[in-house]
Amino acid sequence: MQNIELSTKDLSVFYGEKQAVKEISLDFASRQVTALIGPSGCGKSTFLRSLNRMNDLIGGARITGEIWIGDDNINDPKTDVVLLRQKIGMVWQRPNPFHKSIYENIAFGPRYHGIRDKKKLDQIVEESLIKAALWEETKDRLNRSALSLSGGQQQRLCIARSIAVSPSIILMDEPASALDPISSAKIEELISELKREFSIIIVTHNMHQAARVSEKTAFFLMGEVVEYDDTSKLFTNPSDKRTDDYISGRFG
Amino acid sequence: MAQSREKRKLKQHIIEEWTGKVFTSLCIVLLVVTIFSLVYFVATKGFSSFIKDGISLGEIFGGIKWKPEGEPPLFGALPFIIGSFSTSILAAVIAAPLSISAALFMVEIMPKLGRKYLQPAIELLAGIPSVVYGFVGLSVIVPFYRDIFPGQGLGIAAGASVLSIMILPTMTSIATDALAALPPGLKEGSYALGATRWQTLARTVIPTTLPALMTGVVLGMARAFGEALAVQMVIGNAPHIPKSLFESASTLTSAITLSMGNTVMGSVQNNVLWTLALILMLMTFIFVFIVRFLERRANR
Amino acid sequence: MSAKTADKIATAVIVFFAGIIVLIMAGLLGFILVRGLGHISFDFLTSPPETIKEGGGIGPQLFNSLFLLVLTMIITVPLGLGAGIYMSEYAKPGKVTDFIRLIVEVLSSFPSIVVGLFGLLVFVNMFGFGFSLFSGALALTVFNLPLMVRITEQGMQSVPQAQKEASLALGLSKWKTIKSIMLPIALPIILTGTILAAGRVFGEAAALLFTAGMSSPRLDFSDWNPLSPMSPLNPFRPAETLAVHIWKINSEGLAPDAPEIAAGASAVLILTVLIFNLLARWVGRLLHKKFTATK
Repeated sequence: MQNIELSTKDLSVFYGEKQAVKEISLDFASRQVTALIGPSGCGKSTFLRSLNRMNDLIGGARITGEIWIGDDNINDPKTDVVLLRQKIGMVWQRPNPFHKSIYENIAFGPRYHGIRDKKKLDQIVEESLIKAALWEETKDRLNRSALSLSGGQQQRLCIARSIAVSPSIILMDEPASALDPISSAKIEELISELKREFSIIIVTHNMHQAARVSEKTAFFLMGEVVEYDDTSKLFTNPSDKRTDDYISGRFG
Repeated sequence: MAQSREKRKLKQHIIEEWTGKVFTSLCIVLLVVTIFSLVYFVATKGFSSFIKDGISLGEIFGGIKWKPEGEPPLFGALPFIIGSFSTSILAAVIAAPLSISAALFMVEIMPKLGRKYLQPAIELLAGIPSVVYGFVGLSVIVPFYRDIFPGQGLGIAAGASVLSIMILPTMTSIATDALAALPPGLKEGSYALGATRWQTLARTVIPTTLPALMTGVVLGMARAFGEALAVQMVIGNAPHIPKSLFESASTLTSAITLSMGNTVMGSVQNNVLWTLALILMLMTFIFVFIVRFLERRANR
Repeated sequence: MSAKTADKIATAVIVFFAGIIVLIMAGLLGFILVRGLGHISFDFLTSPPETIKEGGGIGPQLFNSLFLLVLTMIITVPLGLGAGIYMSEYAKPGKVTDFIRLIVEVLSSFPSIVVGLFGLLVFVNMFGFGFSLFSGALALTVFNLPLMVRITEQGMQSVPQAQKEASLALGLSKWKTIKSIMLPIALPIILTGTILAAGRVFGEAAALLFTAGMSSPRLDFSDWNPLSPMSPLNPFRPAETLAVHIWKINSEGLAPDAPEIAAGASAVLILTVLIFNLLARWVGRLLHKKFTATK
């Protein structure tokens, strides 16, 4: 029995009248990669964005149900989302580094969280970049604009930025889909490294990617989870016909 | 140790969040309170001539004689109302074809040349202070009218001319935006059917953008209606209904500008001037209402 | 008439009208600069005006205009930023927000003379600030706030949602996100708009007639104590600005060289507006380059 890092219970997301996510209950094991797959519009990204309450930003979105981290239901309105989001990092489809230097991109979060000591910050920047496999490429130009990096480098910088505030969970929303194949492969490699330290939930369109990087996979369809199982099982011997149809490319 | 840092942190960011919310809310509350008090004070002062001084609505809106010092004093504001409407409508009538042509030129005929030179120049024109327009009107337009038409050159024609130049930039930039926002497929469809440029403009482009173009015209007119000094300098300021466009006249704004400083706060004449300001304010509401209506049409 | 001929005629008419606009603009600028530039000299820009004699300058008026501009912007910018940030980041979509948007739009279309009257009633009389720079600055703030709010909103809305989300996802507070991530990105738009708004403040006259007043006390330019009545820096003294001065000498100027003074002062106003315009473009481009620098 593995440790459960995060679990949802009857989680639903409504946009106005439309229910985008329908009463999903899932457990996410710690230090594992869980992939969420499904055709576009199936609610997987919406589901992911409710895990760190990012959907709060969207006017008219309403989230019901429970999200448990340890003993806290973070979907409780009383939850301090600012503290919550420190524990859950996020990486988006398109790299979105701040319009600041490479160093500042990473130091920005930790400094806000109270680390003022320059040496300590330097150390965090270095460690985060090493973990994100970006240190070798950037150590001589930390003060240059983050926008000078290539797309793949920017995406790794965004990963470094999110691990710099030492979260326990990292949410990734199709992190490699806007990148070229080589950068994409690097990100996948990186994910496999990172799972030693972080619990990762990744939304992906690319089923091969899901098969390569994840331990568990959930198949989403029309706002519901059709099947949730070990990745190896789900891709070789799905128990639901719709899953079979999807992974064998019959729709989506 | 870690616990206490966590706790301090907690407090700190809540205070920070609170500061931001309170500061920005205070700003918006101040803005809203200002607007309400503006409306409240202009309305109460404006109504006091009817309520306190017992002047009838009919006298102000129907009276054609303005003799505040006469015996008995007469407060007919019709000359000012007519002056305001005729100058601003005339200004819009002059400026509308010019500005729509300029916009068509910039968007449809020579986009490169237009965008590079005409647009910055028009933006600059928008920044020129209204007293400068008044001054130019007084030193160029008024003498010009004096030479070719009977009279002193001062009057509604001069006022409308000055205002039309003043509102050109507003109208042009709105018309330009409206034309530029047109989906390209619309025009291409028309050209594909073998229509000439003018046929495309007249049958497709202008009808589709008409509400937006009208918005520009109404906004320009609203600006002309509320402009004070540029008009006051060239209109002549005689408080009667002129028989020609080249005869001295007055507007609501010019009457306020000229007399407000010479009357005592609370006197009957002063209160009537506030009533003129109230008319200006109500017209502003109407203009905003029309603009909103047109915008809704344009967005459909 | 064939469609081709109609097309040609219509094109000619449009080009002709556009040409008229160019002529009007060129004529306007040319007239003011030709008439006015010759009159501008160091002496003209620094010496006080004369009432009945020739050779008066616009020194105090120029100073008043600049000082009033600074005062106004000190009040307007923080208020406008705050209100604009509220509208774009905190206001929840709904009836109340729509209503606020409506009344801000109404305020932005108010005739400036009406704003001036409101200033006379409230700032000059009720609050007892008298005809003073301070009353003038408050009236101009009322007049300019809607614009400043709109500029701020536009700036904030130009910030990509991804930047905002990235910051919030790191566990930064909303206010910190607004200050440290969003405002720097919005800055080029906000600054450009603010400079253009400043140009508007500089040339405004109608709102000032009954607030800042139409006269200036004899200023002692060696006294920089803001509390003494003759000091140029005293915000509670009456102050006639350059734009008001142009209006005044045109309607009641007695000096024999009034037209020349008006022309000179107009040229100064136009040049200032031109400088503001160029400055806005330049600053906008510079900041844009700085923040999107790929070096």
